[in-house]
Amino acid sequence: MKRRLFLKAAASSSVLPISLNGMSLRTFGKESFFSVLGKRANVSDRVLVIIQMNGGNDGLNMVIPIDQYSNLSKARTNILIDQKKVLALNGTNKTGLHPKMDGLQNMFNNGLVNTIQAVGYPQPNFSHFRATDIWNSASDSDKVVTTGWIGRYLDKRYVNYPKDYPNATMPDPVAIQIGSMVPLTFMGPNVSMGMAISDPASFYNLLDGNTGGSLNTPSDIELAYIRELTQQTNQYASVVKMAASKGKNLSTKYVKGNGLCNQLKIVAKLISGGLKTPVYMVNIGGFDTHSDQTDSADTSTGSHATLMQKLSEGISAFQDDLKLLGASDRVVGMTYSEFGRRVQSNASGGTDHGAAAPLFVFGEAVQPGIIGKNPTIPNTTTVNDNVPMQNDFRQIYASILQDWFEVPSTEVKALLDNQDFNTLPIFKSNAASIEDFADMVTQIQISQVYPNPTSDFIHLKFSSDGGGMLSISVFDPLGNRVIYLEPKVYGIGEFDEILDLRGLRKGNYFVQLSSPKHQVTEHFMVY
Amino acid sequence: MDRREFLSFKKTSLQEDFGKPKIERRTTTGLAKYSGTWTKQEVAHLLRRTLFGPKLSEINSFAKKTVSEAVDSLLDTTNYVFNPPINHYQNQTADAAVPYGSTWVNAPLNVALEPNRKYSVKAWFWSLPAKQTTSIMEKMILFWHNHMPTQMQDTPVASLCYTYVKVLNDYALGNYKTLLKQMTVDPSMLYFLNGRLNTKKAPDENYGRELQELFTLGKGPNSKYTEEDVKTAARVLTGFSINFTTTPFSTSFSSANHDTTDKTFSSFYNSTKITGRTGVFAGSLELDDMLNMILSVDEVSKHICRKLYQYFVYFDIDSNTETNVIEPLAKIFRDNNYEIKPVLKALLESEHFYDNWNRACVIKDPVTHQAGFVRQFEMPFPAATDYEANYQVYALGSYYGQITQMNLGDPPSVAGWEAWYQMPLYHKIWLNSDSLPKRNQFQDYLMMTGHKVKSFNFIVDPWKISNQFSKPKDADSFIQEASDFLLALPLSSSQISNLKEILLPGGIPDYNWSDEYRAALDSGDPNHANSLATVTSKMRNLFKSIMNLSEYQLS
Repeated sequence: MKRRLFLKAAASSSVLPISLNGMSLRTFGKESFFSVLGKRANVSDRVLVIIQMNGGNDGLNMVIPIDQYSNLSKARTNILIDQKKVLALNGTNKTGLHPKMDGLQNMFNNGLVNTIQAVGYPQPNFSHFRATDIWNSASDSDKVVTTGWIGRYLDKRYVNYPKDYPNATMPDPVAIQIGSMVPLTFMGPNVSMGMAISDPASFYNLLDGNTGGSLNTPSDIELAYIRELTQQTNQYASVVKMAASKGKNLSTKYVKGNGLCNQLKIVAKLISGGLKTPVYMVNIGGFDTHSDQTDSADTSTGSHATLMQKLSEGISAFQDDLKLLGASDRVVGMTYSEFGRRVQSNASGGTDHGAAAPLFVFGEAVQPGIIGKNPTIPNTTTVNDNVPMQNDFRQIYASILQDWFEVPSTEVKALLDNQDFNTLPIFKSNAASIEDFADMVTQIQISQVYPNPTSDFIHLKFSSDGGGMLSISVFDPLGNRVIYLEPKVYGIGEFDEILDLRGLRKGNYFVQLSSPKHQVTEHFMVY
Repeated sequence: MDRREFLSFKKTSLQEDFGKPKIERRTTTGLAKYSGTWTKQEVAHLLRRTLFGPKLSEINSFAKKTVSEAVDSLLDTTNYVFNPPINHYQNQTADAAVPYGSTWVNAPLNVALEPNRKYSVKAWFWSLPAKQTTSIMEKMILFWHNHMPTQMQDTPVASLCYTYVKVLNDYALGNYKTLLKQMTVDPSMLYFLNGRLNTKKAPDENYGRELQELFTLGKGPNSKYTEEDVKTAARVLTGFSINFTTTPFSTSFSSANHDTTDKTFSSFYNSTKITGRTGVFAGSLELDDMLNMILSVDEVSKHICRKLYQYFVYFDIDSNTETNVIEPLAKIFRDNNYEIKPVLKALLESEHFYDNWNRACVIKDPVTHQAGFVRQFEMPFPAATDYEANYQVYALGSYYGQITQMNLGDPPSVAGWEAWYQMPLYHKIWLNSDSLPKRNQFQDYLMMTGHKVKSFNFIVDPWKISNQFSKPKDADSFIQEASDFLLALPLSSSQISNLKEILLPGGIPDYNWSDEYRAALDSGDPNHANSLATVTSKMRNLFKSIMNLSEYQLS
């Protein structure tokens, strides 16, 4: 039986949990239950490390759609990376990585990276602040939610926090931000679940400025007293300091002067020092590359290339460290940025605020590979054209909650504003496999979009070999979902839907056909 | 060793460590009138020390005055209004004698209502600093409350708690001798220090001792009254008690209980003899004589000036300060027949007061911290006619004072709060591993969440502050104006760049803040609602983070 068919059959029957020695297991994607069971860490020991890339990352220059190069070269004349320099990935010749990401390339080829294409949400927001809040709170684009997705999860996991904490079961901080400010991501319904640590050896050092300054005036003395007291007072200071002193870093791959390396080094140290904290967040800034994001002489270098290199160095050194520390089976990481950037580069050699972008989830627990297709780059683009979303960012959150932290799906739904977000085959523990998602041709296929270019309407001809619920979306050039046909049941066969396009402005549009697992996207133009 | 022991051990060792003198005071400035620069920095220094949480508008308007005009204005009580506590409790326990919202202080005793009225007077006392006008009055009420305390919890009836505060208010900026006299016979004080039990048959030394040891001469090396002087003073004060038949209760004097013999003091007082009197005015006349005698000792003026100095400037008084500030200040006090205003004027206008040496070095007392927070953010109170809700808000402040070591109305002892007298730590006593997190909790609570009273949420409106900034759309300027407003000392560049991460994370360009702020102000902007939420939340986080810095605890 082909694996895909097996899973299809499994979808109806064996999605039910299999009980083994009283432990509830879901069907695992690629490995036998027993080998997976032998390797997987206890849920309570699992750690998530979130890497926030502040500023809006140019995803098209990070995960590069090689099969779109002819159109890409027209849209990005001044920043296009020489195709020969793009780093190849095992198992695909269509997608590659930025030339400076050799560390991540090795991890990918060693089966430690899951790349998700075109992650976004239906009505993208282009404000840094608002977009960051949307990502951190996991809200709909038009809703203001004042709690974070991790904060809500931790609030359920650690009942009565902070009143009953620290305690014997959980003596440690429940979430740590390496840096000065606790992000919205960690905000629970009542209090922030996170604490900020800039340097575990010296609390509030960063926030409070340098301690131990001169004691020349009365003001110096009083201030030094309060700072010293502040450090002593933090209820978690001693456990964090102890973990930092017990913990180690064994990797030699951390690069000096790379701020992300420094932060991840602290995380690895705290993990190896025995801290039970399940979620960490680190940051790398500088992604708001409106101008000169590449060197004009060599577009594989420049400010964005440096960021790509730092990201790659940081993640690969961290993974190496975890392996050497014996913690690599219980840690996964994810990257994200508040938005991607436009398809077209601008005249200043940069890119402006965009919409969907790829992200990475890494670690031994992930299914290696790429979820989703390369974005389609139109033959002619306008300045406002964006990459349309394929995967909602909350599908990644749902996958992490359900397949990594083993939160029951009903609770996952409650944590995500009572909306259903299908999980993606990011983790080995997910019932579906990444191939299953990739193998779209025989599942659903758009055979024709006509007339193209068009004005008032368009035919979408498509086929489905399995039937089931399919939805149809149309994204405008900005990445907004402007048409949405709710999922409905189609049988096996060929179908033709006519979409009313009246009222749409001129430009590049994308029509997307989605099943719960699959998406196919076609480009068309309205004139 | 459990966690608590560990922390308290650390606390003690830290306090001891810092208790040791680390520096020699090196300023020789004195009472010469300050003539240096007069910018918002100096204005803010003056107002931080003399008000509870100066508002931006006060700092701005005082910057237009001269030093003298500024100090005169703080000392001016012409338009000062003192509103007594009211019946806020009608909805809980009906008061037949006092309408909802009217004052109960002159109403007859009603035992059933006493718990409500005690709650009322405690909450009201905290509201005085939180709702003060631009006057030094409330700082001086607190000064004298600490100097000549009674305890509201032990005062038999709520109305006497009020009359005690009323005496402080009546004379806080008046004549010290009059204040002493009024406080000596105040019913609340007669209760607290047993004056009501002091009769010729059973003299009670308690008040006679504290009058000299704490209220006038102090315990310094030049305070050489004798044990016999304590006993003699007690005899002078015999006969005063409380009249429980008047409404409200009042001071009474019983000539039958008064010791009518002559009272002769020790050589420290030049063997002064106070002639024994008879009749209804005997106690009052002898008290006058005794206060004149005590105040003829120069040490009294020095003791009071030292305490004022420690309250308004810094706890440490070295020999330079004693010579250049305390002694001339004490002379002004004596030369002006113990009027308080000339002393404050001289101190607050002096080059010593504005000396950089003396800035940003006072750890805020809890009431200055909490009432100051409420006041400087101009927090909106519930509707004026919802007396119940208003008093619940005041009670929140009173509660936070209690859990951060300052139970207003109930100092720990007749010596006041330790932080204002206990060597060597002095004001460092306010902060420890328990009280500092609670201070931060108070700030965070009212900045981020708010305190819900009925349908009202007592929470900071950050726009009230940012609307007064000169360039709020400029992120750097916003941070500068916010930290100048909230902190008494400048931040380092690394602190500022950390704060900027709140407004502009990840080094995104400054115009993002400008654009959001503009959209937040423009109800016609398509992104108005989102921007308003974003900017409001960022401002709250910025203010919170500035106040979480150690610097915020300093004044």
